[in-house]
Amino acid sequence: MFVINCPYCGPRDEHEFGYGHEAHIARPTLEQQGTMSDAEWANYLFLRTNTKGVHFERWVHTKGCRRWFNVARHTVTHEILKVYKMGEPKPDISAENLPR
Amino acid sequence: MVEAYQRRSALAHFGLNALASQKADGAGITLGESAHRAIINIRGDAKDPAFTAAVKNATGCDLPAAANTVATAGDVRILWLGPDEWWVVGTDARRAGLIDGLRSAFAGQHTNVTDVSESRTVITMTGPAARDVLARGISLDLHPRAFGPGQCAQTSLSRTNVLLHQTDNAPSYEIYVLKSFADYLWRWIGLIAEDFGMAVKAE
Repeated sequence: MFVINCPYCGPRDEHEFGYGHEAHIARPTLEQQGTMSDAEWANYLFLRTNTKGVHFERWVHTKGCRRWFNVARHTVTHEILKVYKMGEPKPDISAENLPR
Repeated sequence: MVEAYQRRSALAHFGLNALASQKADGAGITLGESAHRAIINIRGDAKDPAFTAAVKNATGCDLPAAANTVATAGDVRILWLGPDEWWVVGTDARRAGLIDGLRSAFAGQHTNVTDVSESRTVITMTGPAARDVLARGISLDLHPRAFGPGQCAQTSLSRTNVLLHQTDNAPSYEIYVLKSFADYLWRWIGLIAEDFGMAVKAE
């Protein structure tokens, strides 16, 4: 089990949260949607990075404040490297550059 | 809203008054129900002085800006739910007045007022074993250094979504729970309290 530090409520047990899969996937603009190929649509809808290492993902504090936020988590060690609010830029963290 | 004569609390079928008359010497906790409270959900921007002033005007109570805290003024309480969401809690008699007051104070603002009074009941728990009973079903740290009077938290208690509010150092807690889960939660607390002894407070 993780303890996740909700950016609004503070540290809470993992079972209070829901998982929202990969973060920072930009929805195509209306303009792009008009000209996108099937392969590009498939890429947007279905293909994910499936990272071994630092993964950026969305979580929601279902049983608490019900707010969404982003988490940078190492998929091998499950270490949570950073928790940041929706709208904040993707932090510069990689497997070679772990915050210590 | 139901007619007053048809109103029944979510735990009335347990016969709390009859249970309260039973002897319970040395009980670790005393359990009761505080039914039919006014619970009003409000949304708004805590950084907007017009919003905070309107809340103060309508309720007489300051808006708690800090996470997981409760502000109290007289018989009105405001509980923090999220960065832009609160419950205004009062007596049943104040319900209509609070709702009308909030709606008119918020006129022209990007806010929301929703009456959720009928959705929940409140289980009150007090006594030296209250912390131990809750600890059997909650993942929050309830040690006084982490959670004290005036603090609240939405969490899960034995798989039931609740809002927990500590009101004093006895310690006493108020557990806001959906009415349809109140029966289960009461029975669950009763089961755990077999280890500590339980008394019931009359309605």
